[in-house]
Amino acid sequence: MREAVIHAEGLGKRYRVGERERYFALRDVLARAFTAPFKRNGKRAEDYLWALRDISFDVHQGEVVGLIGRNGAGKTTLLKVLSRITWPTAGFAEVRGLVGSLLEVGTGFHPELTGRENVYLNGAVLGMKKSDIQRKFDEIVAFSEVERFLDTPLKHYSSGMQVRLAFAVAAHLEPEVLLVDEVLAVGDLQFQKKCLGKMEEVSKSGRTILFVSHQMNQIRRLCERVLWIDSGQIREQGATGEVIAAYEAAMMQATQGSQNGAGLPLFMGWELAGEGNILQDGLKETTLEFSICPKETIRRGHFGMHIYNDVGVLTASWGFDDLSLDVGPQRLHLMLPYLPLRPGTYRIVCSLYNGGNNLTGGRLLEIWNAVPLLAVDTLPLSHQQDAWAGVLNIPADLKIATRVESAT
Amino acid sequence: MSNLSARANTPLFAQTPVLRITPPTRWWALPFGELWNYRELLYFFVWRDVKVRYKQTAIGAAWAVLQPFLAMLVFTLFFGKLAHIPSEGLPYPVFSYSGLLPWMYFAASLQTATNTIVENQRVITKVYFPRLTLPLSSVLSGLVDFGISFLMFVAMMIYYHMRPSITMLWLPAFLLLAVLTALGVGLWLSAMNAIYRDVRYVLPFLVQFWMFASPVVYPASLMPAKWRWVYGLNPMTGVIEGFRWSLAGRGDAPGHLILVSSGVVLLVLLGGVAYFQRMETTIADVV
Repeated sequence: MREAVIHAEGLGKRYRVGERERYFALRDVLARAFTAPFKRNGKRAEDYLWALRDISFDVHQGEVVGLIGRNGAGKTTLLKVLSRITWPTAGFAEVRGLVGSLLEVGTGFHPELTGRENVYLNGAVLGMKKSDIQRKFDEIVAFSEVERFLDTPLKHYSSGMQVRLAFAVAAHLEPEVLLVDEVLAVGDLQFQKKCLGKMEEVSKSGRTILFVSHQMNQIRRLCERVLWIDSGQIREQGATGEVIAAYEAAMMQATQGSQNGAGLPLFMGWELAGEGNILQDGLKETTLEFSICPKETIRRGHFGMHIYNDVGVLTASWGFDDLSLDVGPQRLHLMLPYLPLRPGTYRIVCSLYNGGNNLTGGRLLEIWNAVPLLAVDTLPLSHQQDAWAGVLNIPADLKIATRVESAT
Repeated sequence: MSNLSARANTPLFAQTPVLRITPPTRWWALPFGELWNYRELLYFFVWRDVKVRYKQTAIGAAWAVLQPFLAMLVFTLFFGKLAHIPSEGLPYPVFSYSGLLPWMYFAASLQTATNTIVENQRVITKVYFPRLTLPLSSVLSGLVDFGISFLMFVAMMIYYHMRPSITMLWLPAFLLLAVLTALGVGLWLSAMNAIYRDVRYVLPFLVQFWMFASPVVYPASLMPAKWRWVYGLNPMTGVIEGFRWSLAGRGDAPGHLILVSSGVVLLVLLGGVAYFQRMETTIADVV
């Protein structure tokens, strides 16, 4: 039996409602004393909110455990309690070994300091020793890919470069227990992959990781076990596949549960069939699945779907007329034989009309900026210089077919 | 965690202490062990403060000299030449500069310490470290400026042909007292400022009043002897008088004054640590 590295028992965290986001002015305290002199500082039960309640779990050495749940479920609060940023209100937790927490990339970065100086500062803030930073400095810099700007003040860095540098430092953290919030959600795709790879490496070296993510693919790839937190409590915990399946089923049910989808948005979401939002191969058949929930019966409807690239160029676009859709949640499958886009992120915009299209007197129901963005993660196949690469990503070979004799 | 392969061979649990996370208890202890573990971070905070302080200024660290020097010129003109305030037989510029040295350090440290929690809220809400390192680094980084402005004093001693006296050996003790005073008051104000931002607006007035309640521009001997011990309740009185005595080497050591001041500093400091620790449990939630 492996010993528990993190052991939580009955952990709870209570906030005064509204306390999290504001600070007090003396004026407020005085005002409260005047308006409610007999309320003893307003200590009523309804003023409190339990962000975490009765959380008990164990994480064993070398395990990578995923933390999932909706926004505001309490995942970050749990990480904050375990990393001692904030105190629990009830229960206790025991953590064995050095704890490193990564709730944000670039914590402690100072814009006036150079990249080099910020590596040291950020490393120290994250709990690294100076000698460790010195030893790993070259590695960190190589990972960050910003060697040339090391002695430039950080304020002149692009945001992408800042993220790279921050990640590079964080990736070289070597605590025994690592608490990671959804920090991998930023940065470009190539770099995200690099970071994921680094995390896998870290987890294989025997360190324990507790990892928050909304991206189930990341969780599936990295975690053996998952804790599902719902409204501050553990709803389920166990093997990754089972818990994620239960979670996704509950999410689907939540969106489909209400009769005829009253209260649901018209556009509920989209994904690439089985692949989340990341297109891995643009030359294969691809299906984009849109979850919609019409509030009215649609006859002679029009569905438009447009893809814009990162500089706002309309890259691909389709329109479908004469649609008949019933009221309630359903899916539209847009099937493409291939989608040869250049690697990068793309914005998808959808529109739905009833009774015709934009030119034939149809009524616009909604224009939707799809979330998440479409990420295309394929090998670049077109011109090697960005300025000449264009928007399509189609493989090509060059052969010299005929030799023409010059007429001398 | 310096060597991965070495650690892999030793059992993890033999050497790793268990950290127990519980709701805040009513007991508080001086967290010296914790601070010692985080001494490198303290060093980096001090280093950052020093590096950043005069970034993007035209004359940089010269400000550390210019500020007390200009204040000395103004004081010499108004209090020395016009108001003829006595200066215990010292040239008035030397008299006021020797008072301004610890005072400027104190005022600047208080300023940075008060704002340090608020200014570092991003870090505080994302990473754990003993929060005490923040006000501590504020008062320590001020020492660099103190060192620079002290060079100016040395130049003035040469200019006025003053010989350094043996009493100068006491200077570190008085400097320590100044640091502890700044830290003690800074702890109170930084924790309060995290919760009540009013503190930030009160501070400039507080510092100004406090300066005139301290013997910066006039000697403590101006106070009636009967009340001098009350005057000593202001810890900066002891600090400044001590500075002057050790730098100029004239008169008797202000012994009783220092004693009273030291006692007060100790109380303020212990109270400050306790208050700060109590606030620490909620700072990340409210800041």
